Amino acid sequence: MWTLSPAELAIVLLSLKVAACCVLVLLLPAIGMAWLLARKQFWGHALVDALVHLPMVLPPVVLGYMLLVLLGRRGWIGSWLYEQFHIQLTFHWWGAVIASAVMAFPLMVRAIRQALMQVNPLLEQAAQTLGASPAKTFFTITLPLAYHGVLTGGILAFSRSLGEFGATITFAGNLEGETRTLPLAIYSLTQSPEGDAAALRLVILSVLVSVAALLVSQWLERRLLRSQR
Amino acid sequence: MLTVDIQIHQPYAVTSPLDLHARFELPAGRCLGIMGASGSGKTTLLHSIAGLLSPASGVIRSHADVWFDAKQHIQLPPWQRPVGLVFQDGRLFPHMTVEQNLRYGMPVSEGQISLQDVVRVLEIGALLKRKPGQLSGGEKQRVAIGRALLRQPAVLMMDEPLSGLDDHLKQQVLPYIKQVIASFALPTLYVSHVREEVAEIANEVWVLAQGQLRQPV
Repeated sequence: MWTLSPAELAIVLLSLKVAACCVLVLLLPAIGMAWLLARKQFWGHALVDALVHLPMVLPPVVLGYMLLVLLGRRGWIGSWLYEQFHIQLTFHWWGAVIASAVMAFPLMVRAIRQALMQVNPLLEQAAQTLGASPAKTFFTITLPLAYHGVLTGGILAFSRSLGEFGATITFAGNLEGETRTLPLAIYSLTQSPEGDAAALRLVILSVLVSVAALLVSQWLERRLLRSQR
Repeated sequence: MLTVDIQIHQPYAVTSPLDLHARFELPAGRCLGIMGASGSGKTTLLHSIAGLLSPASGVIRSHADVWFDAKQHIQLPPWQRPVGLVFQDGRLFPHMTVEQNLRYGMPVSEGQISLQDVVRVLEIGALLKRKPGQLSGGEKQRVAIGRALLRQPAVLMMDEPLSGLDDHLKQQVLPYIKQVIASFALPTLYVSHVREEVAEIANEVWVLAQGQLRQPV
């Protein structure tokens, strides 16, 4: 009973692929935005801050719909993408990546921003007197000292992506083998009269995957702490 | 030779508005001690020379290299000024080993001051693989001095390097500072509020008070 069927394995692998890509896609923009919000004062700071946090307060379905309007096949940007490059994001697993990335963006920015704010600016000053340009200072001093924030942000984004439902189903659709991640598969099974047992198996699987992700993250964090000591 | 002739105006200084005039020339091998009460602008002066702060007017030159000239609108950023600045609190990078800290500011091309010389003079060979968190206060300051030296600075500036240490540690680190000044013959600025300390280290002692850096009469 406790072996995975090929279909279940495919669902888990798809979920992990989408979550991993979500983290990778977010890494640079989240670090950039966190740095901007933590270190720079500019006109419209509060507005940018609010926009970044919007996905945390909006219903995911609303965000999925907004993505559809923007990036859907007939969307403002989506139609251009399709005409120029034949790229279609809806009903494609990349669509699921984008939907969960938008949802996870504020979580990642917040974690990295907190960590950046804890880096002592006097150390950056010291680096500059040692000949380091602002870019070198950022990559050799600021970012390494804020690694735990990047790690925490990555874990939060990964978990958020594993659990993402509303934005994904609205924007990317619920297409078996393409965008049907664990939550979507569980939802689909609960909609059919004989699906209860299969849904339960996926629920247990979902818990196991999440616990494994947490254990890996704890292990990473311990390793990081040891290396910084 | 370091030539400094600057006016500093800091309306929002921490304690009270600061207006400061400093004018001096510092040849290689000389150590100028600067005494002054806290809030007199000692750190502000050093930071202005390092480029961390911008003076209101004047000129800062190292030999023929102009670092700052208000009239000609020249102002090199700190990372383009070869200064060795030792901070009061050391400011070692906590995620790097001592050796990585020492090498951080080393220019790519071979300089006059070698890692071996610095390690020998400051006796920090046994510490190279450690992280700053594993060092005592005195060891940290010795590494900080070494790091500043390996930047191959045109001027070495020490901002109260002993003030964070207790008397026992001060007595341990003091000989190293003297040894550094004697060995590397750099133009050196040594700032402290303790008269005996400055007198012991510097060739001459100037006083910063009421916004003027003066040679005491």
